[in-house]
Amino acid sequence: MSDKARFALVLAAAWGCMVAAVAAVLLLAVADLPEHEAAVFLPVLRDRAPGIVVGLCLLLLPLALAVHALMRRFVKAPLQLAEDARIMLVANPAHRAPARGAAGTRALAATLNDFADANAALKRDVEAQIREANERIEQERNRLAALMSELAQSVLMCNIEGRILLYNARAMQLLRKPLDSAAAPGKAHSLVGLGRSIFAIFDRNLIIHAIESIHDRMRQGTRSPVANFVTTAPAGQLVRVQLAPVLAAASGPGSEGAADGIAGFVLLLDNITRRIESGSRRDQLLQSLTQGTRASLANMRAAVETIASFPDMDKQAQDRFIGIIGEEAQNLSARLDQTVGEFADSLRTEWPLEDMRGADLIAAARRRIETKLALPTKLETVDEAIWLNVDSYSLMQGITYLVARLRDEFGIREVRFGLGSAGPLAHLDLIWTGAPLGFETTMAWQTDAMALGGEACPLTLAQIVDRHDAEIWYQIDKPAQREYFRIAIPQTRPEETPWSSALGAESRPEFYDFDLFHQPGQTPELDNRPLASLSYTVFDTETTGLAPSAGDEIVSVGAVRIVNGRLLEQEAFEQLVDPRRAMSPEASKITGIEASMLENQPTIDKVLPAFSTFCEDTVLVAHNAAFDMRFLHLKEEATGVRFTQPVLDTLLLSAVLHPELAAHGLEAIAERMGINPIGRHTALGDAIMTGEVFLRMVPLLAEKGIRTLGEARAASQKTYFARIEY
Amino acid sequence: MGKKVLIADDEPNIVVSLEFLMKQKGYVVKVVNNGQDALAAVGEFAPDLVLLDVMMPLLSGYELCQKVRENPAWSGIRIIMLSAKGRDVEVTKGIAVGADAYVTKPFSTKDLLAKVAELLGE
Repeated sequence: MSDKARFALVLAAAWGCMVAAVAAVLLLAVADLPEHEAAVFLPVLRDRAPGIVVGLCLLLLPLALAVHALMRRFVKAPLQLAEDARIMLVANPAHRAPARGAAGTRALAATLNDFADANAALKRDVEAQIREANERIEQERNRLAALMSELAQSVLMCNIEGRILLYNARAMQLLRKPLDSAAAPGKAHSLVGLGRSIFAIFDRNLIIHAIESIHDRMRQGTRSPVANFVTTAPAGQLVRVQLAPVLAAASGPGSEGAADGIAGFVLLLDNITRRIESGSRRDQLLQSLTQGTRASLANMRAAVETIASFPDMDKQAQDRFIGIIGEEAQNLSARLDQTVGEFADSLRTEWPLEDMRGADLIAAARRRIETKLALPTKLETVDEAIWLNVDSYSLMQGITYLVARLRDEFGIREVRFGLGSAGPLAHLDLIWTGAPLGFETTMAWQTDAMALGGEACPLTLAQIVDRHDAEIWYQIDKPAQREYFRIAIPQTRPEETPWSSALGAESRPEFYDFDLFHQPGQTPELDNRPLASLSYTVFDTETTGLAPSAGDEIVSVGAVRIVNGRLLEQEAFEQLVDPRRAMSPEASKITGIEASMLENQPTIDKVLPAFSTFCEDTVLVAHNAAFDMRFLHLKEEATGVRFTQPVLDTLLLSAVLHPELAAHGLEAIAERMGINPIGRHTALGDAIMTGEVFLRMVPLLAEKGIRTLGEARAASQKTYFARIEY
Repeated sequence: MGKKVLIADDEPNIVVSLEFLMKQKGYVVKVVNNGQDALAAVGEFAPDLVLLDVMMPLLSGYELCQKVRENPAWSGIRIIMLSAKGRDVEVTKGIAVGADAYVTKPFSTKDLLAKVAELLGE
């Protein structure tokens, strides 16, 4: 009922009541009157009736005013308060109810406002806490990423199905598989990638056995069970693996059903190839030393005892035994010398050294000298290619200590560094000009305990130099009027070539994706799975020409992976291929690949197996996939590699999305979707662009009701382009 | 005629002493310096005792010992293994493949002569 109607109704009721009351009073008055008085009163009343009626009508106005005032105060004000409360609750938490109406209503409004204030404060508090928690999580994520990237060990985390959720660069580097080609030495691709199976890297049974043994130990109540084993990496290195379980949130060790409470596992990998080699060399040396010594001692002892037992033996026999003793004594010392020479490295394992670029060591020393000693430093010639096996901290401490004494005792105002190669040794020079140091001084500096600006160091420079199998000496270069300390230190070659990515070196690597914890395994029944949940390999090939059936060949394969809706550019596959035939000039022009670039590249029979491993367990995506798939299928017999994965084609999907448009070339689609077409016409560049296009298509397809792989494939097949064959 | 002792060792410097000592004790001595020759000599020379080095070219002392023990006709032959391999596992292996004694180098010649005499029942 509207306000006006309600007002009219109330007014009418009030006026009606008033009229009824006046009528009743008059009726009562007339009824009690004696007859003669009534005869006088009634005619008077009849005469005055119109006046009474007019009076009653005139009363309507003040009555209306009174009703209106009362209604505003007691009816409308509570209703408005209810509306205000609703607004505060639903639309605008900052809205407050004004004081209106009767005293009770005003008090109620004030209380409501207080409630709203308290609620807003609570909300602000909760939001602040959420923001803080989010920041903390983000910070922890960053710390984890930083920790992982700096870790010297290789780390992988997998869900219980063996899919990789997290890894660091070391793991990627360690778990590379060389392309099986003598023509392409040093070419390798990593088997590690988000969402990929760990079982492509390590034997499934080995991992299962380790997990089972952890289950057993958890059942027996072991608090933090881990499993250790040694196995070989794909490239043949010996790897020590530590497997630790990731427990599902609701379970703990020893709890009921804990055996099933493992959500995944962490693998810590240690390349022990070199350690095993040096260990076995040590064993070998130790054995040859003990056995050789025993044999020589036996010969000497037997000769001595024979002479002693038969003092009367003839001169000739006696000379012979004495000759044996002399010969064996010489053998013994020669063997000791040899052992010490070969053994020296292995005896010092307790002071660990690590590979470091000489230039990096110098850079670190310069920073330290400039900040700790406030002394300027410069570089002379530095050979960037030199690697050293060092304890960088102690060596840097030693160098800083020398510079400190030069400054304090000889007033040196600047030092320069040089690094050069001299056969198997590197010469690290610390150069200055100034007063010549005495030989005794430099000797004393080497054997004094090093104290450096409050940092006590129990070592001497001589000990540090000795640990590095190095020598240090002081030299004067008179013609150049300069002096230097030279540290001659054996060069080494790095154990593993430093990891670098041709792609996105600037961006932060996308090495983890914990959402994969909840992703079920990919089975042949993929068709029912939503497109957004699948893992894809988006690929492209460049070829010598456009006619695979007429003998054109692949010259380049590029691919990237999409996992959980993210394009992982770091996990790229890119390989040039020797096509064993000439490139057409047109193809060279389009792809930028010259014949000379294909020399010494692996042939397709080496590349396809590696590519097949890269795409394992994923759905293939390509633009105009029929073309690329035709090339791959034609190679099936020759390479023994079959690509049986489901395939999606962005060309067909574009035709599904925009049937009315004619242009479905990759570039046209990219432009429509606002994707920058940089890097086109390399296999990898096109694959990345196709991947970006595909990712933008997934939500558009969903709007058309195409959500699963099966639906996307079915829709693709209905388009006109699906009938093109190569 | 004295008992026959075959010395099989590729280390000439120990052979000189062993040969001298055995001859002084009145044994008939034959010296060979590899495993193959030692096996042939076991057949031809028919020794009562073999002083056998473990690390020999062509056929190791362990292998030779097993071949000798395989042939019942040679069951009476006593074998003393002489070796610079002195770890427990190696001694255990020597006895396991059929040596009557395993002597680790360096050894006392007096003890060795006593062991030879004991094994020859003297």
